[in-house]
Amino acid sequence: MDRILEKEELSESVWKMVLEAPEIARKRKAGQFIVLMTHDKGERIPLTMVDSDGDRGTVTIIFQVVGKTTRCLSEMNVGDSLFSILGPLGHATEIENFGTTLCVGGGVGIGVVYPISRALKEKGNRVISIIGARTKDLLILEEEMKATSDVLYVATDDGSYGIPGFVTSVLKNVLDSDEKVSRIFAIGPVPMMRALCNVTRPYGVKTIVSLNPIMVDATGMCGACRVNVGGKTKLGCVDGPEFDGHEVDFDLLMKRLRMYCDEEEKAMENYRCGCCDGR
Amino acid sequence: MPEQEPADRVRNFLEVPLGYGAEQAILEAKRCIQCKKPSCVSGCPVDVDIPGFIKKITEGDFLGAARRIKETNGLPAVCGRVCPQEIQCEQVCILGKKGDPVAVGRLERFVADYERSAGPVDIPECAAPTGKRVAIAGAGPAGLTAAGDLVKLGHEVTIFEGLHKAGGVLVYGIPEFRLPKAIVDAEVQYLAKTGVKIVTSAVIGRLKTVDDLFAEGYDAVFLGVGAGAPVFMNIPGENLGGIYSANEYLTRSNLMKAYLFPEYDTPIARGKNVAVIGGGNVAMDSVRTALRLGAENAYIIYRRSRAEMPARAEEIHHAEEEGVQFRYLTTPVAYEGNEDGWVTGMRCLRMELGEPDDSGRRRPVPVEGSEYVIPVDMVVVAVGTTANPVIPATTPGLRTNRWGYITTVNEETGETSRPGVYAGGDIVTGSATVILAMGAGKKAARAIHEFLSK
Repeated sequence: MDRILEKEELSESVWKMVLEAPEIARKRKAGQFIVLMTHDKGERIPLTMVDSDGDRGTVTIIFQVVGKTTRCLSEMNVGDSLFSILGPLGHATEIENFGTTLCVGGGVGIGVVYPISRALKEKGNRVISIIGARTKDLLILEEEMKATSDVLYVATDDGSYGIPGFVTSVLKNVLDSDEKVSRIFAIGPVPMMRALCNVTRPYGVKTIVSLNPIMVDATGMCGACRVNVGGKTKLGCVDGPEFDGHEVDFDLLMKRLRMYCDEEEKAMENYRCGCCDGR
Repeated sequence: MPEQEPADRVRNFLEVPLGYGAEQAILEAKRCIQCKKPSCVSGCPVDVDIPGFIKKITEGDFLGAARRIKETNGLPAVCGRVCPQEIQCEQVCILGKKGDPVAVGRLERFVADYERSAGPVDIPECAAPTGKRVAIAGAGPAGLTAAGDLVKLGHEVTIFEGLHKAGGVLVYGIPEFRLPKAIVDAEVQYLAKTGVKIVTSAVIGRLKTVDDLFAEGYDAVFLGVGAGAPVFMNIPGENLGGIYSANEYLTRSNLMKAYLFPEYDTPIARGKNVAVIGGGNVAMDSVRTALRLGAENAYIIYRRSRAEMPARAEEIHHAEEEGVQFRYLTTPVAYEGNEDGWVTGMRCLRMELGEPDDSGRRRPVPVEGSEYVIPVDMVVVAVGTTANPVIPATTPGLRTNRWGYITTVNEETGETSRPGVYAGGDIVTGSATVILAMGAGKKAARAIHEFLSK
């Protein structure tokens, strides 16, 4: 159990892995996440499931190497077993036939918005998608997003591919067009989600974001992942991970995400090899 | 009982009391007058034959003493350390009327430790297989106890634990210096040897619902999932960096071993001026952890006075010895923070005690105009926990009370509103003690056995 069955580098430092997790695979719905530990001295980190295959008993994750644990994970190989996988956690995405929906993904967040776009498509929505990355080489899942979207826009910050600029400007153009968008799903780095919500707010279109606060147990026990939504404290793990973006206090989220910056640096300094020997 | 000196122990995570040696244990055991009608036994939530095991100690038969305890208590090394004996067995000890009661807890600890160090522990014989299967949600004190009793009765028992390690509050909540994790591991392994199957990283209500368990062929389910959700005070600034729930702080330190960072990957804040809010065992565990992680000033902020503090006497005594500063009759009303969003101060009000409230304790009343600020760079909120809603929300027909705790239709059996589903421990009573959860697990095991024998 808990073995890595497939591993693929999607772009620099962004990896896709297919994990053996039959019971989670059977239950998993779009929007839910797992918590994994690479080894017994490791951290518990949450990762959204991009896909699952109940028959094969697998779940798929996409992650970017940002710290010690993700680096350790990226250095594990097909056939290696993780120390633990817990899931499926969090509420599933609310999927209905909303009419026309807009899915926006930035960077590794495209991996999170992809299963949502697919579920929306399967429910009969018209799906317009916008995906963006800093530069062409960092863009992931373009083909997959094309398959689940009626219209797909691609943007890069540096203009190396697709529309030059941020996803927010593309988004504004779509909202100003004849399209009657009734729901938006926006997932990416926190500054992107905040900027996006500021764009959509005047249009009054409900904008769902998926948050990635720091978690420990991720089952509603510790409160590490508390976020402020509509003036109320919510737990990212059990009340989320998706919330109405117009109500989220992104400033607080950013500050809480930086709580362990110094320790994260220290952990990387001490980082030696892969995790084959548990370090 | 010999202990590490306070000045030494605040710099390490090793256990504080060192335990009795054999001679000391025999001397203490001989103080017991072997009452004909021992009231200590009725003071024990799991009915340990206290005079019986103490007699064995006086005879030097320490293994026999351990076996005697284990007839009714599967976790003696744990209970000897964390039970509030002063309000249970020791409170009603006849010797206590004129002097010190027999140190039942210390003796229990001694024999359990002796047995563990003496080599392989005897595995009790289980009854012939009944062919019945029981699923237990939660590998804490209630679940472990129920599992131990049910497996001995011949049932096939599987425990599903949400975390990656079994033990519940014994591994995530109680610190190493009060309950070494090797002891919990040994108790869990003992249970596994008796045939209990333990599945970790499996949250009932998420991975499988209670109905899924019945569909998979389980004949009964015991819910011992604890009162795992944190309680905050909902005061301004409570989401600032450096403010933890006790659950998070202790889970980081104990379960994830953040006190050994960076050998272990999970980080933890190391505050210099740390305030812990609350007066229970969890607050004492938190404040003493903060001291060991380098706090220069570690405060207990409690809204009533010392007399009302619910923590075990020994924990309060240890905290005082270690230099914890107790600010009684004080309550926080807001937090102040810096531009990075980190806590820098705690605005407090002084309180005075008014008329007794529902709990019989005098109600604290704020003193007007008494607000002042304590400079802090870390806070732990240890004002209690509440029910995690995941199982009630995914189990149709399972009744809860208005606070979300599972309602039992019979307190003596732990039966719930769903046939075949039993519950016990904190998820029924709200936050209580290890031993009360064990008592509930025991009662439920008895009831489940009857249910399965029908």
